[in-house]
Amino acid sequence: MKNTYLLALATVVWLVTLGNGAAAATPAEQLAGYSAQSGAPAQPARGQQLFNAKHGKEWSCASCHTATPTVDGKHASTGKVISPLAPAFNPTSFTDPAKTEKWFRRNCNDVMGRVCTADEKADVLAWLLTLKR
Amino acid sequence: MLMSTTRKLAFVLALAWIASALAPAQAESQGAATVMLPKYQQECAACHIAYPAGMLPRASWTHMMGSLDKHFGTDASLDEASVREIGGWLNANAGTYKRVAEAPPQDRITQSAWFIRKHRELDAPVWRLASVKSAANCAACHTQAAEGNFKESSLKFPAGLEARYRRFWSD
Repeated sequence: MKNTYLLALATVVWLVTLGNGAAAATPAEQLAGYSAQSGAPAQPARGQQLFNAKHGKEWSCASCHTATPTVDGKHASTGKVISPLAPAFNPTSFTDPAKTEKWFRRNCNDVMGRVCTADEKADVLAWLLTLKR
Repeated sequence: MLMSTTRKLAFVLALAWIASALAPAQAESQGAATVMLPKYQQECAACHIAYPAGMLPRASWTHMMGSLDKHFGTDASLDEASVREIGGWLNANAGTYKRVAEAPPQDRITQSAWFIRKHRELDAPVWRLASVKSAANCAACHTQAAEGNFKESSLKFPAGLEARYRRFWSD
């Protein structure tokens, strides 16, 4: 019952943000959006697993973002410093849906050789949101 | 005493005016000090420094912007509008003088003849230092690379650099 209510709420939030052109959205709003798309509640533990595993290619997400992205990461090829991914440690992280989508598209292709599904994105973002100070 | 105050003031002002006129000219001669397109900085400096457009010829930039999903081993794809805007700027500011005339192998700045010559005294182990990682990581030694400044005066030794390489530093 509660889950249905939450799901309905998430859907409403997601539809509202779509209506706004989604120029800016909080990490929680983006998570609600992905959860609504996937039709199931996000699972942070699964997100952590996905993030740290290799998926048949050279890199995992952690290869650049570190295993627990509350600190700066480093690009695996270039060494360029990458700001923390966890929103609690980086106020600009997951605040622009277009940017989120762009990086999911690129990085899932690099790590997994395909597009990430909505529930994979939800799982990862849900896990990142559990990383608090 | 010898010059009136007015003349002294005029002299100082003239000097100041000459100096300010010369300053931009000096920036020009440093080569890479073109104003960078903000979108280029924003989209193309997330994984590496925003390499000066003048370091590659138009042909390289065009090829690169047309194959962003296969960008030196990663997917760097962008929306079409951004590709057009950035590509246009890169083509307009691409290197045109002699040493950048030819597209380097794989469109790699680090494979350009001029780059190899400039860094000829550095062996492979230097590029593999943990503090450097690759020749594409200009900022490991060129502390002002992100601002387009590659002058020797802004070089610093990367951590772990062997003493024998330090000898070659100022040539």
